Amino acid sequence: MAETAAANASGGTMGKTRFRDTEAASGLAMISPTAIYAILVLAAPLIAVIVYSFMTKGPNGVEPIFTLQNYITVWTGKIYRAIMMRSLSVSFMVTLATVVLAYPLAYFISFHVQPSKKSLWLFLVTIPFWTSYLIRVFLWKVILGYNGVINSGLLNLGIISEPLTIINYNVGALVVTLAHAYAPFAVLPIFVALEKIDRSFLEAGQDLGESRWATFLRVTLPLSMPGVIAAVLIVFIPTIGDYVTPDLIGGGKIPMIANMVEVQMLKQNNRALGSAIAVSAMLIVLVITVVFLMLNRRFLKGGAR
Amino acid sequence: MKSPFLKSYAVVYLLFLFAPIVLLPLFAFNDSKIIAFPLTGFTTNWFQVMADDPNLFKALKNSLFIAITSAALATCLGLFAARASTRFVFPGKGPMMGLIMLPMVLPDIIIGMSLLIVVLAIGVPLSMMTIILGHVLMCVPFSVAILSSAFQSLDRSLEEAAYDLGETPASTFRLIILPLVMPGIISSFLISFTISLDEYIVASFLGGSETVLSVYIYGQFRFPARVPAIMALGTILVAVSVVLLTIAEYFRRRGIAKSGGKDTGGFL
Repeated sequence: MAETAAANASGGTMGKTRFRDTEAASGLAMISPTAIYAILVLAAPLIAVIVYSFMTKGPNGVEPIFTLQNYITVWTGKIYRAIMMRSLSVSFMVTLATVVLAYPLAYFISFHVQPSKKSLWLFLVTIPFWTSYLIRVFLWKVILGYNGVINSGLLNLGIISEPLTIINYNVGALVVTLAHAYAPFAVLPIFVALEKIDRSFLEAGQDLGESRWATFLRVTLPLSMPGVIAAVLIVFIPTIGDYVTPDLIGGGKIPMIANMVEVQMLKQNNRALGSAIAVSAMLIVLVITVVFLMLNRRFLKGGAR
Repeated sequence: MKSPFLKSYAVVYLLFLFAPIVLLPLFAFNDSKIIAFPLTGFTTNWFQVMADDPNLFKALKNSLFIAITSAALATCLGLFAARASTRFVFPGKGPMMGLIMLPMVLPDIIIGMSLLIVVLAIGVPLSMMTIILGHVLMCVPFSVAILSSAFQSLDRSLEEAAYDLGETPASTFRLIILPLVMPGIISSFLISFTISLDEYIVASFLGGSETVLSVYIYGQFRFPARVPAIMALGTILVAVSVVLLTIAEYFRRRGIAKSGGKDTGGFL
């Protein structure tokens, strides 16, 4: 450290580049174990999936014969298209519900809770997330089922005379369960964005005679958009690939992409087709993410004017 | 700026978040095979039923081994990445950190199937080791997030003071930095442990014949008669994770207080 400081002080540009070199070298050396692990265990397998998706199904896995047939099957097959569309629409609904419901809570914690109690509130929001996902999903099945908690409770109270069927194992139940599972992922980024807003902006708005609601729409909401965008992406991307919820809640009757991948990979042993489904799903997510970010950049530019 | 409407909304929202967890012990202690209202009576029988299954303990043992190993490895790898990203500027930092953090948003099924393809292609037999491989990958981003905030709140001048007093980088790390980020390390370990214990997809894809706790629970859901016992098991699991989280949160806050930083919120 002392040496580099001396080199920095005495030498002109040369000292500076040398300092940067050593810093770059230390940084690279420091990150290399984790980066190498991620390359070997994440990047290489993802590349393998892409390669597999262009291969032909063989007796033992795949044969190295190039083909586009897997993609043709995935993109033209009726079942595959239906399941893709279902996954997309469920993800959209979950994202919308989660973010819209999370915003007021994040706003409340950021603006109405005393600073000393904020971390307690955040802790409360994150607790359910850290308890067994499987058991939480199963409990929603129990709550929403035909003989479930809601139906048996309402029957007992005499509010309904027959069990409700609209809340049972359908897409709506999927959305409720997933919206519950991803709630903290939406609350936290929005909260962080709200915390960063300079409170004097809001006072300025109100001093200039705007109503509280107008200030919210013109100042708070636009300034918190980065958090909302982060929340949308962090909910949308994992929900589209969720496996447990469609399987448990839907009982195999309303599969989503992940269930389809699992069937091809393990039950049908068609790794090439399974890979093509996975790559297609990742492509769709990537395209939607990029479009969303671009739309948003435009919106933010417009807002900053 | 008091708003009764927002406050009641927040309370209702928390009720929604906690609804499944609150129902869990109700049914675990309820004297009925059917999970429905009204409750019929108090019993601890389901805990006995749960404990009578030897498969549970085998699965639990496997899960504990996997979770402890994964948490230790993920925290070590997380330390390297968090230290590198908060302390140094180097080429390729953005893409490398992006790749390391990617599993946080990547669907688990993609991680599971891509690893399965490679493991089968190389010819590695499926075992607890292959599960650990996947779990470490999934825990590292959380570990990096926690440890980065621990490193960020470190005062750089403490480190420079140690260098000026003749310590080497290695001894400075051991004597100054490590004790200050220790709370972060503990909370990273506990969070990774919880994630690994709970994880299902990678464990079922890469486990081969080894059953872990989550795979065991998933299998039990198929038998309605076993459900009350699973409610009992779930109650114990929830209680354990709440205790672990409270410890993790305690250490995280103490760590921030120790290094004089400002508390900015939760784990994520």
